[in-house]
Amino acid sequence: MAKSKIVVVGGGLSGLMSALKAAEAGALVDIISSVPVRRSHSVCAQGGINAALNTKGEGDSIDTHIYDTIYGGDFLAHQTPVKRLCHSAPGIIYMFDRMGVTFNRTKEGLLDLRLFGGVKKRRTCFSGATTGQQLMYSLDEQIRRYEALNLVKKYENWEFCSVVLDSNGICRGVSAMDRFSMQLRAFPADAVILCTGGFGHVYGTCTNSTHCTGYAAAEVYRRGACFANAEFVQFHPTAIPGSDKMRLISEAARGEGGRIWVPRDGKPWYFLEEWYPAYGNTVPRDVAARAIWKVVKEMKLGVNGEDVVYLDLTHLDHEALAERLEGILEIYEKFTGEDPRKVPMKVFPAVHYSMGGIWVDYEHHTSIKGLFAAGECDYQYHGANRLGANSLLSATHSGMIAGERAVAYAKGLKTNWENVQSSIYDTELERQEDINKHFILMDGPENPHILKDELTKWLTDNATIVRYNKNLEETDNKISELKERFMRSRIHDRSGWANEELFFMRTLEAQFEIARLIVRSAIQREESRGSHYKPETPKRDDEKWLCVTKAYYDLESPRFDYSEKVEILDIKPVPRRYDIEH
Amino acid sequence: METVRLKIKRQDGPNDLPYWEEFEVPYVQRMNVVMALQAIEKKPVTIEGIPTVPVVWECSCLEEVCGSCTMIINGKVRQACSALVDSLEQPIVLEPMSKFPVVRDLRVDRSKMFEALKRIGAWVTVDGYHDIGPGPRMSPAQQQKAYHFSRCMICGCCCEACPQYNSRSPFMGAFAIGQTYLFNIHPIGKIEKEKRLDALMGEGGIADCGNAQNCESVCPKNIPLTEAIALIGWDTTIHTIKKFFR
Repeated sequence: MAKSKIVVVGGGLSGLMSALKAAEAGALVDIISSVPVRRSHSVCAQGGINAALNTKGEGDSIDTHIYDTIYGGDFLAHQTPVKRLCHSAPGIIYMFDRMGVTFNRTKEGLLDLRLFGGVKKRRTCFSGATTGQQLMYSLDEQIRRYEALNLVKKYENWEFCSVVLDSNGICRGVSAMDRFSMQLRAFPADAVILCTGGFGHVYGTCTNSTHCTGYAAAEVYRRGACFANAEFVQFHPTAIPGSDKMRLISEAARGEGGRIWVPRDGKPWYFLEEWYPAYGNTVPRDVAARAIWKVVKEMKLGVNGEDVVYLDLTHLDHEALAERLEGILEIYEKFTGEDPRKVPMKVFPAVHYSMGGIWVDYEHHTSIKGLFAAGECDYQYHGANRLGANSLLSATHSGMIAGERAVAYAKGLKTNWENVQSSIYDTELERQEDINKHFILMDGPENPHILKDELTKWLTDNATIVRYNKNLEETDNKISELKERFMRSRIHDRSGWANEELFFMRTLEAQFEIARLIVRSAIQREESRGSHYKPETPKRDDEKWLCVTKAYYDLESPRFDYSEKVEILDIKPVPRRYDIEH
Repeated sequence: METVRLKIKRQDGPNDLPYWEEFEVPYVQRMNVVMALQAIEKKPVTIEGIPTVPVVWECSCLEEVCGSCTMIINGKVRQACSALVDSLEQPIVLEPMSKFPVVRDLRVDRSKMFEALKRIGAWVTVDGYHDIGPGPRMSPAQQQKAYHFSRCMICGCCCEACPQYNSRSPFMGAFAIGQTYLFNIHPIGKIEKEKRLDALMGEGGIADCGNAQNCESVCPKNIPLTEAIALIGWDTTIHTIKKFFR
């Protein structure tokens, strides 16, 4: 029997994991990645990866990990997948350990664990403060091994353009474009797995890499895939402010003892410790980000009147800092010129992670048959707020599930990828040619890069930590205006070789769709839950809103469906508090 | 308004001749070279007022963990994201790395570095990607040692600075020796130690290193590459003797 063919789009942690699993299950695998896979955004994850290994004598357990994740997500996550995720965690850590990931060790030679936000047990395995990079490299190496064995083929510097659907709406592959030669081609497949990451860059300045535009997710959404929970965008409380990028300072800094404060009446005021005595500086990210927002924006107590607070490590042991947090100290020092061992760091919250994303079932199948999604681009596991160090875990775990399930699905197909009518690919390639032609001929008065800056400003000001319906509505109108002005913009580069501006135009157009999804979803949800906080409806409303926001593309505005209730098993919703023990 | 001057070496494609263009962009606080290039995108006009096209370069993480934006800045190879304008003499001169084929402008093709990793078998061969229990124990000292090498971004700085590394030489580069060392000291990785040493004793291997030691001084992550070269050099000698007596 002919081998199944799987196309994986995206070469980050989730993409490479699904590729390895699919190849291991006997399929031929093509990986399409817009950057060399080793440079994927997964390298930016710093603090660690969670697994209830319980090696610290603290009585940690997988059940506690499950509870913390669901409670931390403000009860919006389906419970079956969260349980599966947490149960898989120790095995995932052991796999990485065998692959040679340089996890920090205890004196006894065991994997060391550190504390992270929203939990009481040390549960986070780490490799200095560059854990994502280290996990990413280990999979990059394994993929290279599979390439050498001809089990996987990589297409790096290839840009995903679209999915190819047959007349029954079943996904039969993708179209993609070589970022150097600009050649368009089809990649036929039995199943496609999207592992294209979050959409943080729709906000412009954020902690994400420049290519985290959400283009692929927006594209499949426009082709009919359901999008879920777009309003849930995580702001990381501690990033170094910068106009090109908000550079992340890991939650591990607080897990290792770092303290947040601002000067008040001439003395340090440790407001997180005062407001949340039970968790102190390691409250979850939404809680910490809101507290910082309140202190800076409402109480006007930012350091020197600026939009920053102190993150203080100066009291910690220098040797321990070097072994456990070196990566972030280096970043801070290189980009600000100040030594965080000697002076407190200045930080502010920044857009960091998309809890929402492409809707998937528990098998990571999207609403389009034959199309799977895994990693940050899907919406599963994290509910309304993700706990720190759960993302490297969910990226790996979901990649494993998607890789296996995609092959199982492929094996059940009646028509193999080699026997699909070639006309569907030709039609799609023509469509993409037309899109390129349209962009390359744009000759209006607007500069698309400046439009992108405007989008950044509007989203960052309004679809943010504190949200007001009126501002969101105005932002929605602004997005319409920007979209319309985009149609009157000009491309400067008309070259047929390595034309980066063409790719910029293609992704920017899609970002307007994501922006609209975030804003409309936020307007619709009339409650406050996790990262989504509206002072007009400040309480969580389980009666009405314990449901998934499912959105479908429509030319004017997304269509919403709230019929999918959150799956509640044995963990019943209770008020979520971090000022007292739970 | 305060401005920043840039002089950029441009090249339209791999087979075109390079040319220079100068730009002046508005200064902002804590500006880095990436921000200067982004400012050109917003107003692609040279200092003489001639409209041109935005500069092509590669960037991704903007915090010096991905290695993408490596280029030559005022004569020194480094990442553009961590090159702060305040610490650079103007005009800031930007050139693509010279040891790799230019794709366009400041963007180069470093895929031969990844090919070298394939040749030396820079990975731990595992039985599968399923749960078969914990890996080997390791001391904190061993972990710290390995971590120095495992932070290599494959950015190419060591290759650019190396007098032995160029398009006419098969030398794989110092990073490849660093990665060999990393996998050869791993408790499971060392099972295939000799395979990697064989690869490093072949064409483009360790014998091509001229011991100029430039690699270590330009490495943005301070990876002790010369130490790896010395240790792997010793290992290859022993390996040769062993093979002789086999």
